[in-house]
Amino acid sequence: MKKILKLFIISVIFNVLTLNVFAGSDGTIEINSKSNNQSTEVKDCFETINRAVFAFNKGLDKIFFKPAAKGYRYLPKPIRSGTSNALNNLSNVVTIPNNILQGQFKEAGINTLRFSINSTLGIAGIFDVASYYGLNKLDKEDYGQTLGTWGVKEGCYFVLPVLGPTTVRDTLGSLVNFGGGDAWYNVTIANDTKYFQNSDYYYSRLAAGVDFRAKNLEAFDSLEKSSMDLYASVRSLYLQDRNRKILNSSETTETMNDDDWEEIDSQ
Amino acid sequence: MINLKFFYIFFFIIFIFKPLEAKEPSKLINELVNEASIILSSSDPVESKIIRLNNIAELNVDIDGIGMYTLGNYRKTLTDDQKIKYRKLFKSYFLKSFSSRLVDYSDPKISVVSEKKINEKYSIVSTILEETSKNPEVKIDWRIYTKNPERPLIRDLIVEGLSLARTQKEEFKSIMQNNDGDINYLFKSLEEFIIK
Repeated sequence: MKKILKLFIISVIFNVLTLNVFAGSDGTIEINSKSNNQSTEVKDCFETINRAVFAFNKGLDKIFFKPAAKGYRYLPKPIRSGTSNALNNLSNVVTIPNNILQGQFKEAGINTLRFSINSTLGIAGIFDVASYYGLNKLDKEDYGQTLGTWGVKEGCYFVLPVLGPTTVRDTLGSLVNFGGGDAWYNVTIANDTKYFQNSDYYYSRLAAGVDFRAKNLEAFDSLEKSSMDLYASVRSLYLQDRNRKILNSSETTETMNDDDWEEIDSQ
Repeated sequence: MINLKFFYIFFFIIFIFKPLEAKEPSKLINELVNEASIILSSSDPVESKIIRLNNIAELNVDIDGIGMYTLGNYRKTLTDDQKIKYRKLFKSYFLKSFSSRLVDYSDPKISVVSEKKINEKYSIVSTILEETSKNPEVKIDWRIYTKNPERPLIRDLIVEGLSLARTQKEEFKSIMQNNDGDINYLFKSLEEFIIK
């Protein structure tokens, strides 16, 4: 009975995800992918609210994340690399189950080996020892991406306070982390272990945010400087990035549809 | 003396009518990157750098094509006068945006990794922007329009899989959508950006 109930809930969630809910604005964003060879549109539901939350996040970035990222940049490079490596290593606990869920068994094996080697020989992931053994770093995977590879549509695009841009699909994917899908969350917050505290999880999330921001300081400044509508640019970049990650390809020719360029004839 | 004159004329004619050679897209990128690198690493004032960078862009980037692409379906509804105005505004906008993004880099090291022909009209040149003490390595793909093989032109930059032209297109679409599809609001936004 419990199993039937579970399946029912999952199917309801999937149906909600695949529904293109319309509420408020008619803002839509085209995402082209070569895999389905056609444009799909992601609706920006509640665009007015989203823009307000975006403005709030921008303010938060200005007073906290950007100064913190600038300060982080002053740290010696080995410290920054070590932090980045340790955070990357930690992300494997979410990537590995998603590799399996997406049928990427070879990648799951490589990531498991990387995680084991770096967590031990690499001292909690600070040193990327696995790369010296030829096990190069692979792309991160999450539950939102897995849902995408299973064919679940994005649903509405929206902006969360602090956390930033997302879609209904990606938010539900993130919720899986809190429901047992993230081993790091499980050992720090969900379960009482004598080894870790709740704060370890929050510090790691915060550090990941600052590390990401520090790596993109110039790129964000450049985007802000050259945008007439920064909100729309960020929305486009987020959706393109998610689409590329779901397709699991770094080849531009595989992730871009050329059809919309075809009409433009200037020579 | 007369023979020598004919000799010069002969070579002049040959030079003038020599068929232009097809230019490899990766060669275009190599040349462009080298030129930009010389400009950016020079001690010239910023204004001078911007002028020189803009000259490179005007020669090697299909600004008109990108402008029409970024308009999306709205390009089909424009009158001829609106198209002329848009082209002029977009060019100024593009050059300002292009140079302001680049001028922050002191000496970017970009190396060509590979070239892939998509079809007769397009090739993708893959490059790597080398890691610096501040920034990680960045993968940049260049979409090259090769309809005229003698003069390939850049149409898009795809940074870590994210298309700048597409981002621009969606930005313009958003401005139009939020102003009842009125092109004059886009003109106004472009003008404001240019004089900013």
